Amino acid sequence: MKLIVAIIKPFRLEEVKEALGQVGIQGMTVTEVKGFGRQKGHTEIYRGSEYTVDFLPKVKIEVAVPDEITAKVVASIVQAAKTGKIGDGKVFVLPVEDAVRIRTDERGDASL
Amino acid sequence: MKLRMPNPLRATLALLAFALCLRPVLAADAAPSLDQRVAALEAYVTNGDPGKALTGVPGPGHNAWMMTSAALVLFMTLPGLALFYGGLVRRKNVLSVLGQCLGIAGLVTILWWAVGYSLVFGRSFSGGTLGRFLGGTEYFFLRGVTSAPNTDYAFWVSQNVFAMYQLMFAIITPALIIGAIAERMKFSAILLFMTLWMLVVYFPLAHMIWGATGLMNGVWNPDAAVAAIDFAGGTVVHMSSGWSALILCLVLGPRVGFGKEKMAPHSMVLCMVGTGMLWVGWYGFNAGSAVAADGIAANAFTTTTIATAVAAFTWGMIEKVLRGQPSILGFCSGAVAGLVVITPATGFVDTTGAVIIGICAAVVPYVSVNKLKAWLGYDDALDTFGVHAVGGTLGAFLTGLLATGAVNGNLTSGAALKNGLGRLVTEGGLWHEQLKAIGVTLLLSVIATFVLALIVKAVIGLRPSPEVELQGLDLAEHGEEGYILD
Repeated sequence: MKLIVAIIKPFRLEEVKEALGQVGIQGMTVTEVKGFGRQKGHTEIYRGSEYTVDFLPKVKIEVAVPDEITAKVVASIVQAAKTGKIGDGKVFVLPVEDAVRIRTDERGDASL
Repeated sequence: MKLRMPNPLRATLALLAFALCLRPVLAADAAPSLDQRVAALEAYVTNGDPGKALTGVPGPGHNAWMMTSAALVLFMTLPGLALFYGGLVRRKNVLSVLGQCLGIAGLVTILWWAVGYSLVFGRSFSGGTLGRFLGGTEYFFLRGVTSAPNTDYAFWVSQNVFAMYQLMFAIITPALIIGAIAERMKFSAILLFMTLWMLVVYFPLAHMIWGATGLMNGVWNPDAAVAAIDFAGGTVVHMSSGWSALILCLVLGPRVGFGKEKMAPHSMVLCMVGTGMLWVGWYGFNAGSAVAADGIAANAFTTTTIATAVAAFTWGMIEKVLRGQPSILGFCSGAVAGLVVITPATGFVDTTGAVIIGICAAVVPYVSVNKLKAWLGYDDALDTFGVHAVGGTLGAFLTGLLATGAVNGNLTSGAALKNGLGRLVTEGGLWHEQLKAIGVTLLLSVIATFVLALIVKAVIGLRPSPEVELQGLDLAEHGEEGYILD
């Protein structure tokens, strides 16, 4: 099992959700986060006082998948989230030791 | 003895003579003549002296307008100023601003009832030197302040309504100071400081400019030593609060993290809502200062509208040119600046003067807010000095240049003919008297605030601890959170 963590631009969330549905992913966890990479922040000015805001709003998607479909899922996320402009985000793949479905106590791939 | 019959002619003459002697006695009890009654009604329409026919009776239209105006000016503080300032501070301090406005409203009302109204608008000190600086004691606890007009100030407005109207000015003036010392002054220190400040600065200043026996009341006091004019409070309200705010914020010192931490407004939405309320309420502040629903009020209503709109737009356009974008804070600041600068001039200038004032009101405060603060490094958190002190001073001075008897006959009649004001208005040179009034206001505000701030600092301290300041005043001073978002 792998945990796929993707940081994407917030307005691409709907596309990514739909793309994941098409490769068979039924569930995911989504968090609103702030961050920056090479994309710079912006400056706000209030009556002559300048504030540089480095952090930009992003969305983090976490989805646990069986090993076999990992590459397919990563590719579909990348394709759905891409705009071609700076700040598109990143996808990370982490190994998962175990997973449990709370309602039924199923473990491993059966719980995903 | 034979009774002599009186000569009929002599008898008639004697009776006539007797009747003529009785006439004055009879006339005093007699109803006013039709002519007198019509004249009194005409006086109601023209805001003149009703004479014997309608004394002691307020005029419905004038009274209604003044009651409305009083409500409008209160609206400027609660919640206009509260939201304007509240939106500009950080979220953790929003309630402290609201609380300070609420606290000041209650505190000042009690002071006004007890001694304030009398000290500003009374007469019992007149004849002595004290009378030039303070009114009197006859209205302490609002004794004698009834629904009958006080003809020192209005023929057709109930004195209690007039007192309530002026109370709203007394409330908003200290509330303005809050802007400069926001986020770093204890609630208890604010209440104590404002109590002293009202007694030492506001009541004497308001009396000098607006009291019947005031030293600087050019329009109404024939014995005024300084024939200055201030229609709705450029000196009394804005200069006093603005310059005092500067001194207080210097004594207090800057906020913890000033210059390093982000201290952006937590809600520009609330700030703009407050601005709109200030603008609408200001019609009561400016047009209501005519203390009548007359042509002078109509002129003030007009000049207020024009100056404010011009100033708001100009400030926005200055930002567009210099920064590339007009900001909401810029439009709001311009509107407030326009309102401040037109305040002393509103019932004395025409619409052309209002446009000139509007443009100046955007340009000069723009510099003092955006450049002066950065150069000199003082933490005037919400720009009370930059807008109110600078704007009020500018307005008081421009009034001296732009005032015209054409829109306000009081500038060239009555008391104005005895104290020199009329001549200054028609021949020029009024700005000289305005400078004197500006000087007195500035010195009184600055010196008194400095001394009072040090007294309060010594007695109970001014600032909360750094931990409290970092946590935010709302929780520590009021035990409440402004927004519970979870």
